Amino acid sequence: MNQNSNAATLWRGILKENPVLVLILGTCPTLATTKTVDGAFGMGIAAMVVLICSNVFISLLRRFIPETVRIPCYIVIIAGFVTIVKLFMQAYLPDLHKELGVFLDLITVNCIILGRAEMFASKNPVVKSALDGVGMGIGFTLALLAMSLVREVLGAGTFAGNPVPFLQDYHVKFLQEAPGGLLVYGLLIALVYVITKGRAPGKKSFDCAGCPNAATCHTGSCQEKGADA
Amino acid sequence: MSKLHKIAVSPHIHSGQSTSGIMRDVLIALLPATVAGVVLFGARAALVLAVCVAACVGFEALFNWIAKKDQTVGDLSAAVTGLLLGLNLPVNIPLWQCVIGSLFAIVVVKCLFGGIGCNLVNPAITARVFMLVAFDTTMSGVANYPTPAGVDAIAGATPLADKAPVRPLLDLLFGKHGGCIGEVCALALLAGGVYLVARRVITWQVPVTFVGTVFVFSLLMEGFDPVAATAAILSGGLLIGAIFMATDYVTSPPTPWGKVVFGIGCGAITCLIRYFGSLPEGVSYAILFMNILNPYIGKWTKHKVFGTGGAH
Repeated sequence: MNQNSNAATLWRGILKENPVLVLILGTCPTLATTKTVDGAFGMGIAAMVVLICSNVFISLLRRFIPETVRIPCYIVIIAGFVTIVKLFMQAYLPDLHKELGVFLDLITVNCIILGRAEMFASKNPVVKSALDGVGMGIGFTLALLAMSLVREVLGAGTFAGNPVPFLQDYHVKFLQEAPGGLLVYGLLIALVYVITKGRAPGKKSFDCAGCPNAATCHTGSCQEKGADA
Repeated sequence: MSKLHKIAVSPHIHSGQSTSGIMRDVLIALLPATVAGVVLFGARAALVLAVCVAACVGFEALFNWIAKKDQTVGDLSAAVTGLLLGLNLPVNIPLWQCVIGSLFAIVVVKCLFGGIGCNLVNPAITARVFMLVAFDTTMSGVANYPTPAGVDAIAGATPLADKAPVRPLLDLLFGKHGGCIGEVCALALLAGGVYLVARRVITWQVPVTFVGTVFVFSLLMEGFDPVAATAAILSGGLLIGAIFMATDYVTSPPTPWGKVVFGIGCGAITCLIRYFGSLPEGVSYAILFMNILNPYIGKWTKHKVFGTGGAH
């Protein structure tokens, strides 16, 4: 499959460049919202909607946004969509809105969305950016669902709030807590590494501008260090 | 690190020690504490220990089989981990929780990091801490368990938890008090420790500095009352921790001075938790904490290689 085809752009977010489990972005909402399947699903969908919309708009505006103030521009665009999603959720899904709480607002500074804006949408055409948003959004949602499934079913003995027979008497509360979340997160990362046989993109396969830290770095110092390591 | 590796020419002398031999010695050393625990707490203690040992050995065999690795069950280290874990659990713990704890100890802490010799932290102690967090209600006490034969009454998880006056030292020595299966009988643990030192499986530095630090710290905190300080070192999981868990080869420093630093650190953290923390007992957390610092201690206390120069 051609690396630059539309299909490849869509697919790679799901496993090969999964934002949570391979690029290790968005760790904070991942740990915070995966206690329940409901919360994880809501968070994944909300972030996906924002990601698609912001990718499209940033791609459309990529020739107009001045290089020096690009991050504030991205944040303004992203914050606008977050507000829309938040108000919709408050109106139609008040329970979910309550459960996600501040993490809904924090989608604004979610590094997956900012990272895709910087790495992808700011230098690719609109359709591709939208597909990238869809792929990454699905990847994010699937990762959250996988984590929340382990944490809720084994940690609380329920699935989406409904008790699971047998497990409701034999659940491990630890998985519901933050350390348990980190444990499950680590195990999932290891699992994905095994499945992809470690062929996930290394530091070398990004150029400097493609690095997730490019927004704040742009010095290229890691490349020099990487050379002699 | 890789500057100078000098290995003498053959013939090399084999010390005769092997992993399975060492582990067998540890099992023998744990025998008195095991027997004491079963006598004091009854048949269910034996059941808990059996489930832990069987689960640990089983999970290690299963992991090696699934991951297509060499079978390492024969080195007995999984059996030691299981026995140590079981001895660190209260007698009325539900058996399924023992199995989950064993799974954590063997698969997560040991096998996923590369198996024996590669684990960062002691599997048994980490599993105990995991179970303290995961199953806090069943791990924290033996309050609802019928009084076992030979024990007058059970006050709670450990003598450290209640604010009653200091218990008679003889009771602490013989294990006539509440606590985990293997930690109550100080005499049996000391016998095991003496055996291990005599067999040169462990050296004296870690247990002595660990217990000594706790003794001195307690002496200071208890207003120089030697009886109270002695009670402090005979209570809780200190002896089993100091003799059997803190001396794990993989997770404690190899050099004598490293061991001293390690033991003092364990003792100090234990006392800080006991006297200033919100938990009654801090031995597990102290050992776990020092396990994590172990690589740094190893670095600071590395032997200077003779003839490589540098400042003295």
